[in-house]
Amino acid sequence: MTFISDPINFIATWLRIMLANVGASPDLTAFILSVVGGGILATGAMLWVTFLIWYERKIIGRIQDRLGPNRVGPWGIFQSFADMLKIFTKEYITPNGADRVLYNIAPVLSVASVLLIWAIIPFTVTSYGVDLNVGVLFVVAVAGLGELAIIMAGWSSNNKYALLGAFRVVAQLISYEVPMVLSLLVPVLLSGSMSLNAIVKAQNVWYIFTAPLAALIFMITSIAEVGRSPFDLVESESEIVGGFNIEYSGLKFGMFFVAEFLHAFTSALIFTVLFLGGWRGPGAEQYPILGFIYFSLKNVFSYFIFILVRGSLPRFRIDQMMDLNWKVLTPVSLGLFAVVTIVAKLVQGNPNELLRGLFLLIANGVILLTTSLVMGQFAARRRRHLDERAEGQKLRVRSQV
Amino acid sequence: MIPLSWYLIVAAGLFSIGLFGVLARKNAIAIFMGIELMLNAVMINLLAFWRYHNPGQITGPVFVVIVFAAAAGEIAVGLAIVISAYRRNATVVADEINELKG
Amino acid sequence: MTWMQIVFIVTAAVTLGSAVRVVSSGKMLHAALWLVAALFGVAILFAMLEAGFFAVVQVLVYIGAIAILVIFAVMLTRHVMEDTGPQVIQSWWLAAILAAMVFAGLVVLIISAGFKAQLPPIQDSQTMIVALGQALVMPDGYLLPFEVASVMLLAALVGSIYIAYQKR
Repeated sequence: MTFISDPINFIATWLRIMLANVGASPDLTAFILSVVGGGILATGAMLWVTFLIWYERKIIGRIQDRLGPNRVGPWGIFQSFADMLKIFTKEYITPNGADRVLYNIAPVLSVASVLLIWAIIPFTVTSYGVDLNVGVLFVVAVAGLGELAIIMAGWSSNNKYALLGAFRVVAQLISYEVPMVLSLLVPVLLSGSMSLNAIVKAQNVWYIFTAPLAALIFMITSIAEVGRSPFDLVESESEIVGGFNIEYSGLKFGMFFVAEFLHAFTSALIFTVLFLGGWRGPGAEQYPILGFIYFSLKNVFSYFIFILVRGSLPRFRIDQMMDLNWKVLTPVSLGLFAVVTIVAKLVQGNPNELLRGLFLLIANGVILLTTSLVMGQFAARRRRHLDERAEGQKLRVRSQV
Repeated sequence: MIPLSWYLIVAAGLFSIGLFGVLARKNAIAIFMGIELMLNAVMINLLAFWRYHNPGQITGPVFVVIVFAAAAGEIAVGLAIVISAYRRNATVVADEINELKG
Repeated sequence: MTWMQIVFIVTAAVTLGSAVRVVSSGKMLHAALWLVAALFGVAILFAMLEAGFFAVVQVLVYIGAIAILVIFAVMLTRHVMEDTGPQVIQSWWLAAILAAMVFAGLVVLIISAGFKAQLPPIQDSQTMIVALGQALVMPDGYLLPFEVASVMLLAALVGSIYIAYQKR
């Protein structure tokens, strides 16, 4: 294993040999390596957010037919650093009567819960933080920790509007966890394991081709879980003055901001790992650095889709959001899970991978078609109802005149 | 090596604290929190015995799964009743919710 | 004192300390957040018992759903109980004596039973999860309790929505 083909493991082995020469026990070596690895990963993630913010602002600018930041540095790439400097130097204003400890812990917990997910993501075939064999459950569990941070932020601000905003956010987040977990079960079912490494290794055919409906539901619920447009009712300035983080200023607000962007990128990472095949590609097993390159390209693509969705769709109302979740996404994901179970069992004996994938794809298409037909019927009935009501009002007005 | 009795003593301590919470607190929701502590103590016990006596037999973990389900169902219905009683009586102190309707 | 023993003692101290704060805290929201800390400590204990699956399920179900439900209930019933006055009933000392007696009795039982300290060998956790899944759906395993638990959860879901529903 040379330096070029597998840099991370090369450095890790070199460090291990150095520490053994110094005379550290194997336990201590493992501990030091974990701490160093965790530190590098967390720092790298936070620094990467600065690039992400610039990337997003440029693309949203182009969607809206303008240039985006282009003053600070070539193509405006230092804009994020300028924003960071501004946020660092702002004053911390703690509201009167705020609960000190909770007020200060909430932003930290918000970022920490997102960084925890980075520990289990397989970047290449040999470098990952830890190979939990309940990785998929872990991703959903730390989403719950993030919700706790939002409640703490909303309550400790001693502000009615912050509290209401926090409640609406948490209601949205726990509602959208249900179809997310159900759609996450489909890759688990198809690969036979909850470990993210095993799911990547089992994707000879990417799961986006064998279970596209599950990928679509996972993407929609991920966007809702992060709280981005079009599901960003809860932090829209025009509605409730900014939501749960209105009493935060300076770096504490910056932490919430970073947590949201990082969570969006982490959802794109999980989407890539589960549905786009992670680091898989030609030659990725022999040369792990190639795996990392494929992984990065797929990530950029998934995040690009997230940004496109943000830039093009109008915001949902809260009742439309809840309707979408409970009346459409949850029944569809339940039905999808049942159908995928049956079809996967039926085609299990067939040794041809592509044929198995094709049958699953057809099953997905059938469910999607049925759903659109049913939703179309509901929409047509509702439009007819609204037309009749409008007709009735026009007649009444004419009779009064 | 961590002896089995350490786990059991921690579980016993958690159970007694939960018992105190159930018996001595006024607020109905605080009583529920005591019940959750007791259920967690039971789960620690189950898993400790499973690990130390017969890890090949799967009865311990199955029991824990059923306890999770029962705890979730119980607290959902219980808190719904507390909220509904609060709307009728404007109080959540367990002693003051002492009249049936009519 | 091995490292695992130190970790165990710290975790047990945090769990029991948080549990004491749950039952003695003046404000309800603080009690709810101390409950979250206690549940987290229990999850760490599960992980030390090599039941990592249950550690993650504990965080997911208890902290991510039940604790948030408790916090919502505290918020919705906040107007009257503005956390004034004593939070324990008049005869709390009786409850304390009873709890202490229960604890003492259990500790005496545990120590006099003389449990052995060594661990039998365990299969790896992937095998345990597979065995758990199979046990829950095998007819000669634990299929019936699994189905009864599912029906009970459905009844709890429907019942709690009906009880807490407010007609506008």
